[in-house]
Amino acid sequence: MISSIKIPPAPELTYLLRLADTCLILGQRLGEWCGHAPILEEDIALSNMALDLIGQSRALLTLAGQRSGQGYDQDQLAFLRDEIDYRNPTLVELPRGDFAFTVLRNVILATWLKLMWERLRDSSDAELAAIAGKALKEARYHQQHAADWAVRLGDGTEESRRRCETALGTLWLYTPELFEDDAVDAAATAAGLGPAWAHLHEPWVAEMSEILGEAKLAIPAESTFRSTGKRGLHSEHMGYLLAEMQHLQRAYPGGAW
Amino acid sequence: MYTQAMDTMREEGGDKPALRTAEEAQLQQRFDNRIDAGEFIEAKDWMPENYRKTLLRQISQHAHSEIVGMLPEGNWITRAPTLKRKAILLAKVQDEGGHGLYLYAAAETLGTSRDQMLDALHTGKAKYSSIFNYPTLTWADVGAIGWLVDGAAIMNQVPICRCSFAPYARAMVRICREESFHQRQGFDSLLVMMKQGTDAQRAMVQEAVNRWWWPCLMMFGPPDDQSPNSAQGMRWGIKRVSNDTLRQRFVDAAVQQAEVLGVSFPDPDLRWNEETQHWDYGTIDWSEFWRVVGGDGPCNRERLAARVKAWEEGEWVREAALAHARKSELKEAA
Repeated sequence: MISSIKIPPAPELTYLLRLADTCLILGQRLGEWCGHAPILEEDIALSNMALDLIGQSRALLTLAGQRSGQGYDQDQLAFLRDEIDYRNPTLVELPRGDFAFTVLRNVILATWLKLMWERLRDSSDAELAAIAGKALKEARYHQQHAADWAVRLGDGTEESRRRCETALGTLWLYTPELFEDDAVDAAATAAGLGPAWAHLHEPWVAEMSEILGEAKLAIPAESTFRSTGKRGLHSEHMGYLLAEMQHLQRAYPGGAW
Repeated sequence: MYTQAMDTMREEGGDKPALRTAEEAQLQQRFDNRIDAGEFIEAKDWMPENYRKTLLRQISQHAHSEIVGMLPEGNWITRAPTLKRKAILLAKVQDEGGHGLYLYAAAETLGTSRDQMLDALHTGKAKYSSIFNYPTLTWADVGAIGWLVDGAAIMNQVPICRCSFAPYARAMVRICREESFHQRQGFDSLLVMMKQGTDAQRAMVQEAVNRWWWPCLMMFGPPDDQSPNSAQGMRWGIKRVSNDTLRQRFVDAAVQQAEVLGVSFPDPDLRWNEETQHWDYGTIDWSEFWRVVGGDGPCNRERLAARVKAWEEGEWVREAALAHARKSELKEAA
């Protein structure tokens, strides 16, 4: 059994890890659909989006490893951290649910990521800016694909509409975390690394309103519930996700893959 | 990997059914001449009913094999040991879905819809390659499938690129290119574990190879003298090379690759034959092959159940998509 690596508490590193882990854990969840989707075209599309997200997380984790000063590589960061050191918002780790849940989560996150990548193209960190340039094209496609499905399902049958409303009700509880600021954001903004997450809220609401409006789905009321994944305090689902994901790295010390 | 379809189906009779009219006799003659001249048959061309049926069965079973084949490897996507391997595996399994799509499309040109073909799969009327009824128990199985299963598939499928039915042949050209990548990634994955890994990893690789070797040899179908439909397939240009010839080619190539990897095959009779210039191999347990084809392999029930579950759970999604499309059409018409 390999023990965990320790992550220095530098805010700029945390900023990178929050984004890297968002891509990694969402990619992990989307990968679960491969072979089990409602139609073959969606097996392919969801796997393709998972592949893009894993690719984005690899680039970001490599960068975070370089910036960590510890010489960590992408796989040490992906597989050898303790749960509390994963910095993704809780939304991405929730179980994949039904197809409505997956589609609407993808709308929420692809829209958020698209807005994030747009801004990160101007990062003071040239490597992060380059990663954002490539990832933006992917996020635009993900948003379009997910939005098309949201409209089909929201404005499809009674059942699809009901499933969308149920999914959205759950997902919406976790969206405030995508727009909360803290000292990590302040440091990142001051250094010109990237935007404070709160700055994405307004354009995100505008785009979500447009998509959900076309899907004839109402935006749920905001709850006082607050998830805390990006501070390392995750849902109960995260432990199982990590146990599965980390298993081989942990079980074969000194292994080469 | 899928000439099994031809080997395990009931005999459909020859390619010269009782002809009703002189016109049909003429069409049959023209068809035979084109096959003999090595020409390709297109979907719109006249073809004998048995040729159509045989192809439909083979192509749809090939498509089903790709889709069911996503399951054993997909089983490891969430557990892949590095992000690079996770990305490669996602890309590979996604390719298999793509192969399924091309093949269903090729089969649809013969007059059967994808939904009809899927219904045949889900109700157990259509078969898929038996190799996917074996479980993937360790990470090394993913590498072993790439190296051996995809290696056997390539051996089998390259000749189908010259199949007489053009839509199938065209689909196979693209599929074979991707399969070649699949095989290399599997071999590379095993090579890294064998050359740079730990003793525990090497043991994992050898154990996986032990389990996959014999089922892979069975992928080429029964011996030539027990494969009654092969002659018909050869006559029609659907099958180009015999089961035993392909199997021997595979063994000869695999033995050399195993030496590079540093793994052995679980066959005490495997030895070089100076006279034939080929590797001799031991007796294949065909009772196991027929047992798995018959439905009693280690994972037959799980694989089919997984496909049926995905299809049934997706029904509301497909209905919603159709309902939305109808609404959009009405809106446009208004």
